[in-house]
Amino acid sequence: MDAVWEWFRVLHATTGIKLTIFYDAFDRARFFNGFLTSLRLMALCLLCSVVIGIIGAWLQGARSRFVRATTQAYIQFVRNTPPLVQLYFFYFALGAYLRHTNAAGLEVPIVSNFVWAVICLSLYAGAFNVEIFRAGIEAVPRETLEAAEALGYSRLKAYLHVVLPLALRISLPALNNNLVNLVKTTTIAYAIAVPEMLYVANQIWSDELNVAEMMNVLLVVYVSLVGILVYAMGRWERSMRIPGYTPT
Amino acid sequence: MLQRLITTGVGLLTGILVAAAPAAGQTLDKIKQRGVLVVGSKADYKPFGFRDPAGNIVGFEPDLARDVAERLSARLELEPAVSSNRMQFLQQGKIDLMIATMNVTPERRQTVGIVDPSYYASGVNVLAIRKAAFKKWEELKEQKICAIQGAWYNKTVAEKYGAEIVAFKGQTEAEAALLQGNCVGWLYDDTAFIERLGDPKWASFEMPLETILVEPWGIAVKIEERDGAWGQFISKTITDWHRSGKLIELEAKWKIPPSAFLKKMHDETK
Repeated sequence: MDAVWEWFRVLHATTGIKLTIFYDAFDRARFFNGFLTSLRLMALCLLCSVVIGIIGAWLQGARSRFVRATTQAYIQFVRNTPPLVQLYFFYFALGAYLRHTNAAGLEVPIVSNFVWAVICLSLYAGAFNVEIFRAGIEAVPRETLEAAEALGYSRLKAYLHVVLPLALRISLPALNNNLVNLVKTTTIAYAIAVPEMLYVANQIWSDELNVAEMMNVLLVVYVSLVGILVYAMGRWERSMRIPGYTPT
Repeated sequence: MLQRLITTGVGLLTGILVAAAPAAGQTLDKIKQRGVLVVGSKADYKPFGFRDPAGNIVGFEPDLARDVAERLSARLELEPAVSSNRMQFLQQGKIDLMIATMNVTPERRQTVGIVDPSYYASGVNVLAIRKAAFKKWEELKEQKICAIQGAWYNKTVAEKYGAEIVAFKGQTEAEAALLQGNCVGWLYDDTAFIERLGDPKWASFEMPLETILVEPWGIAVKIEERDGAWGQFISKTITDWHRSGKLIELEAKWKIPPSAFLKKMHDETK
């Protein structure tokens, strides 16, 4: 393995292409950690935002006017404000009040910057997911739901077993889009010093002055990650296809 | 190609500037003739150079400028300068001397006549929560330390002392994060903390560690005059300040924590 790392050192010496993330042990470790942090951030946000979308879409159809209004307020508030502003709001404004005294007698925040990033980005993408799922739900024929009710399904059971499986299939292309966006939006977490890839790359290029190289590394890594996501979503979409079912 | 263009451009520009500059070695005569010494100093960097409530520029550096003027029996005029224009002021002849919190770098040595020895030196330190009770840099290991993104010493401190650097975009964010307890300390220029330590808002913070990565500050004259009579006069004056303890005295007057650099220079020139 060392021979591979050394090859990049030679590359720098001969061509001036400075990829310290391969031959400098410190930079390599921090870039790898940044990569893992990004992956964790992406995975958690994807999962939470889809769950929020499913629950939100169900609450949108609730009987209580209050629940419907609250859901609508959440969507409008989150969808109409920039995610960076939300992140700053959560971390600096809300975070200032959520503190406790730790064992060493120091006042520390209860919620870490990583968790704030997960909360904020999940809520942000979740608001869009609610609307995406609502579109899917509304495309499920009214008669299908009536048939389910006639068979004695409760509202929740009908939603889980009849409406959602159909709605999910209809929503997938739009959901795909939003999740790709979410993966890319995780980079804004660098503003509150979450050590994800953009943050780490920024640190590395200020130390090593290899901005062009690190920009290219970032591009390649993000294109690959998004590519993998799109491929997986495409596979899922195909595997979920019901032969002969075309929603009208 | 681009690099060649830039080099040619810079070369041309330097040529013009040099041609426009008056003959070397004139500044000392000019000051004596006019009876006025014009010094460029900071007016926004407390306590090194700032405005008092009456609007006068006062501080550590204006006091040094006053001393130079007294030595020449000239009247002192202070010209407020900022980092982005201080070197140009000198090149244009707008000021005779520059004492403006300038770090000495090899690039700057090629642009202006930085006179040796240095008159001060600043380094890197940590503004830490008192309760953390740090004594040594090594104790920062695995501790969250706020910093500014892009500062050249972040990596050094992380690598050498194992501190967990949490870097923010600007001073304001780093400050907010520190006050909220997101980190136990803030890594930055030690001189930037001096004013904060006098502020009640920062009462629960201290600067307990020894300043590291010390970089000298230089007084500059026009580059052509560095080795001439004017440059030599300034160099002698600075050495004299070190020997007589004037710099240490002024440091105390402006409540700047004692710097190891000044003590070392004082001991060496004694």
